[in-house]
Order: sequence, then structure tokens, then C-alpha cells
Amino acid sequence: MHTKEKPAAVAIRLVIAIIIAAYVLFPFLLLVINSGKETSDITANPVSLAGSSLGQFRFNIHEVINDPNFLFWKSFGYSTLITVVSLVLLSLFGAMAAWVICRNKTVWSTIIYFTFIASMIIPFQVVMLPLISTFRDVGKFIGIPMLQSVPGIVFAYLGFGGAMTVFILNGFIKGVPFDLEEAASIDGCTPEQTFFQIIFPLLTPVITTVTILNGMWIWNDYLLPSMMLGQNGKVMTIPIAIQKFVGSYVKRWDRILPAALLAIVPMIIIFLIAQKQIMEGMIEGAVKG
Amino acid sequence: MGTFSTGRKVASFGSLILGLVLTIAGLGLSMTGAGDLILGTLPINGTPTPIIFGRGAMFVIGIVLFFVGLYLFPTFKHHRAIVNIIFLFPLLFAFGVTVIIPLFLGIGYSFTDWNGILMHQFVGFGNYARMFKQTAFLWSILLTFLFVVFNMILVNLVAFLLALLCTSRIKGLGFFRAAYFLPNLIGGIVLGYIWQFIFSNVVTKFTGTYSMLSDTKTAFIAIIIVYIWQYAGYIMLIYITGLNTIPGDVLEASAIDGASPLQTLFNIKIPMIAPTITICTFLTLTSAFKQFDVNLALTNGKGSVQFLGEYIANGTEMLALNIYSTAVINNDYALGQAKAVLFFIILAAVSIMQVRISNKKEVEL
Repeated sequence: MHTKEKPAAVAIRLVIAIIIAAYVLFPFLLLVINSGKETSDITANPVSLAGSSLGQFRFNIHEVINDPNFLFWKSFGYSTLITVVSLVLLSLFGAMAAWVICRNKTVWSTIIYFTFIASMIIPFQVVMLPLISTFRDVGKFIGIPMLQSVPGIVFAYLGFGGAMTVFILNGFIKGVPFDLEEAASIDGCTPEQTFFQIIFPLLTPVITTVTILNGMWIWNDYLLPSMMLGQNGKVMTIPIAIQKFVGSYVKRWDRILPAALLAIVPMIIIFLIAQKQIMEGMIEGAVKG
Repeated sequence: MGTFSTGRKVASFGSLILGLVLTIAGLGLSMTGAGDLILGTLPINGTPTPIIFGRGAMFVIGIVLFFVGLYLFPTFKHHRAIVNIIFLFPLLFAFGVTVIIPLFLGIGYSFTDWNGILMHQFVGFGNYARMFKQTAFLWSILLTFLFVVFNMILVNLVAFLLALLCTSRIKGLGFFRAAYFLPNLIGGIVLGYIWQFIFSNVVTKFTGTYSMLSDTKTAFIAIIIVYIWQYAGYIMLIYITGLNTIPGDVLEASAIDGASPLQTLFNIKIPMIAPTITICTFLTLTSAFKQFDVNLALTNGKGSVQFLGEYIANGTEMLALNIYSTAVINNDYALGQAKAVLFFIILAAVSIMQVRISNKKEVEL
């Protein structure tokens, strides 16, 4: 655009943008400053810096991190383990399935594809109760506990994340020239070699996208872990730990706020590192999904 | 074409057979109730410790071996088909066990007196009749619809205005976009508690009155505020992408023709991003319907209200939370499941309708 804008208009917009940013970021600021206060200071002046000190901040964090109801490192470790394993398996199995569905134009692959798409509309609530009883029975039957266990919840994420992962990957694989695969086949590649050595490396950008989408969902998910792991199980994720922790410290803001701060810090750090990829991934997921 | 070595044949058939045997043995042990297989005892530190070959391990190793055998199967003709099956199996198996089987079981259970573990009898539409007699449930349906409508309008409006702001020429665009998007990174539970603190301790300092969360109407507004705060930044990103696809020369032409900024907005920008609007409405609609975390953490559904001549204690409880508390808190699994099925039907109907209407609009434009 070559139209000249009045400097005043630009300045006004900048001011508006700053005010909105201040409003959006204000809760984070409140969280940080109040994490370094005692309860009495929090209730007396929640907005000002009065009473907030680094020493108190360290004390609060220390109290929270080792609290038997929170066990930050343990729940952080489990959250990380569950998220990472689920993401790796979802990307691998998702790409494998999407490739087969995309490259085989048979009735079966079409049925599977449309079942996946249709299933994306199913809300978790309609399957969660029978899911728990199914997993309990299956776990007993095969001798691997599926509830309150990491393999069980990873398996569940594989099932629930599968549809969207296949859908997005399928859209991308369609655009990969089929000539590549034909050439590989003529050169003597077996189908699995073609996939792992030629197709899979080409999928890096779209796998980044699905990893971001699935990662945000799995890391922050509350309902599925709360049903499958329970509040008092030995396996806890961060959202479960927070919920349990708040239940045991009603209105103790000097405990709850530092715990909330600890819970969001890992995500914020990841965002600061991979801000561009995360924002682009979220957009692509929405536009394609 | 070459032939297959004897070694490969042996490996293939051996793995297939061993895999099947182990799988069946593993399942057989649990069906007969024998439990784990004890291979023998080893004296470790003086005490005899049994070496257990768990039936779970047996089952998993069996299945893996079976697939290894299938993969090595000496055939050229069907190799591609075998690879296809192996590639599809993991995801489809997980999908079937976690989504498809529970979906059909769930629909079935909603017609019985299922208690989460067992069912004794078929009750027909009993659960469905029962839920419509619960005033609290009717209220939660109404509340959810109100929430969805308010959110769809407000989130899209706010997000679109933010997108206009973030595509205009101001300094620090990257920072503003990232800042507005930031709340979307944080899970609903944590976010709900942070805002609970703000509403009950910070806002009250300024208004000097009771907390917004203690009154049903204001608590409902509070949920909407938090939801916009969380979601608008994300929707804004999608609108920005949409706005950026409008060709620059179209905007230039309209400027040369003397169109005012408002005319450009309504006659060029909005019609040209109609597909984006569809995506965003759909996203806000479905996510608002399923809203659970913020509802749980912010108010836990509490709030008194008079509805249809009855007093309701859970005035801010929306559908998803109502289903959860019916089943998990009140232990009425069959009723909760029936509500969930209704929830599914409503969600499916609304989404299909929404997509249809938007598609028609797009064609007209």
C-alpha cells in the first residue's frame, strides 16, 4: 500500500496495541509478583510490589516444589514422558498410516479415511466412561494395567490423536510427487524402504506441525488424565497435580500461585525458544483441520 | 526375481508360530485365571526369587513376533499388502480400542442401568426421560447455548479487531502477536486458578464489592472474559493469515478508487476472508461447546439460580461439566452416559448445520 497514513493514526494504534498487550499480560505479571509474597501481603495488596521479595519467592517455590500433594519434579517428569512418547509414536504411526491411506486408492483406505474424519467430531465426554471400563477390562485381560499407567495413557493419546494426525499428514503426502516412489521402486527399494528413506524425511515440516498441535493438547490436557490416572494414582501429570494441590490448599494463594507459576514455566520457555514454529503450526493445524 | 533363503523361511514361520503361541498362551493364562507363568526360582541373596514371565509381556512379545514373522513372510506378490497392514495396524488398533469400541459401548450403555462396572437390565429410554426431568440439566443446556453464542460472537469480533490491528503498520508487530497469543499456551486448569485469584482478590480491590464469581450472572460473564482472553489470540492468528492472503493490488485499487478504510473493510476484506471466517466460527463453536477446564477451575459449576420454579445450586455448570459430575461425582454412570450421547448429537447437528450455512454464504458472496 502506498497510501500515506497520518502519523497520529499510527500512534493511536500503537497505544491501543500496548494497552491490550498490558491487559493480556497482566495476569502473568500478577502471578509472578504475588508468588513472592506472604498470604497477608497478597490479600492486602495484590497489585503492588509491596511485600514481594526474592527471598520469599524462593521460600514459596521451595515449599511448593516438594509438597507431597504437588511433587513438581515427579509430575513434570511424568508429563514430559507421556507427552514425548505419545508425540513420537503419533508422528511415526500417523505418518505410516497416512502414507498407506493416501497411496492406496481402495475402498478400504477410503472407509478408514472417512471414519477418521468423522470421528473428529466425537466429543471426549461420550467415550470417556466406557473407555475407562474398557481399559480396566482389557488391562486385566492382557495383564498390563491400562489405568494409572504410562503405557495406558500413551495408548489412549495414540487413539484420540490419530484421526487429526492422519488427516493433516494425508493432506501433505498428497502433494509429494508419486514419481519419487516409482523411481525408488524401479531402483529396487521395497515399500518400507521407500517410506522410511524417501517419504518420511520429506514429512519433517508437517510432522513439526502435528507435533506442536498434539503437544499443546497432550501437555495441557486435564480430563483424560484425570479419568485414566485419577487424583491419587502414582502417575501424575502437571494439570492433575495442580488440581489436587489446589484442593488441599483452599485459598492459600501463597501456595497456589507459585504452583501455577511452576506449571506454566515449561510451556513459556518452549514458546520463547520456538515461538515462530508454534504460532505457524497452530495456524496450519486450524486451517487444515 | 530371486528366491528366499531357507533361513528367512524358518525365521518367518518360526516367528509367526511362536508369536501366535505366546499371544494365545498369554490370553489363555488370564482366561483360566492362572495368572503369571513362573519359569522357576533363582536364589538371589539367599532367598528363592521366582522368575516371572508375565502374561502381559507374553502377549506383547507374541504380537510383536507375529508381525515380525508376517513381515519376513517369503512372498514378493503380497509384500506390499503385508507392509500396508503392518503400517496401518498400530494406529487403527489404538483408534478402535479408544474411540470406536467405547463409542458403541457408550451408546449401548445409555439404554441400561450401567453403574460404571456392571449393568443389570435394559431400561430403554429411561435415562433419557430422567435427564429431561432434571431442571439443573435443562439449565445447563440453556447456559451452554448462551455461552456458545456469546463466545462465537465475542471471540470472533475481538480476534478480528486484533487481527486488523496486527496487520496494520505499527512497530513491534511480532511482539504484539506473540503476546496476544501467549494465553493460549496455558492449560485451562492453571489458567482457571490464576483468574480465580484475579476475580476474587484483585478485581474486588477496585470494585470494592463481593467477588464476581459469587454471583451466577457475573460468574458467567467472568467465564466468558477468561475464555476470550485465552482464545482470541489464537483465532486472531488465523484471521491474520486470512487477511494476508488478500492481494495487495486489490487493496491498492480500492484506495485509488477512493474507498474509505471502512468501505475497504466491509466490501473487500470481509468478503474476501469468508473461508477464514468459516474456519474460525467452527473452531470457536466446537471448543466453546466442549468447554470444561476453565468451568471446573473457575467456578466448579457453583452459583445459585431460580429456573422453572426450582432452586439450582449449580448455576454455572455447563454441559461438559454436568456430564462429568453426574457420572463421576454422583456415580450415576448410565445417566451421565445418556447425557453424553445427547451432547454428541447436539454437537454433531450444530457443526453440520454451521458448515452448511457457511458454505452457502460463501457461494453467495
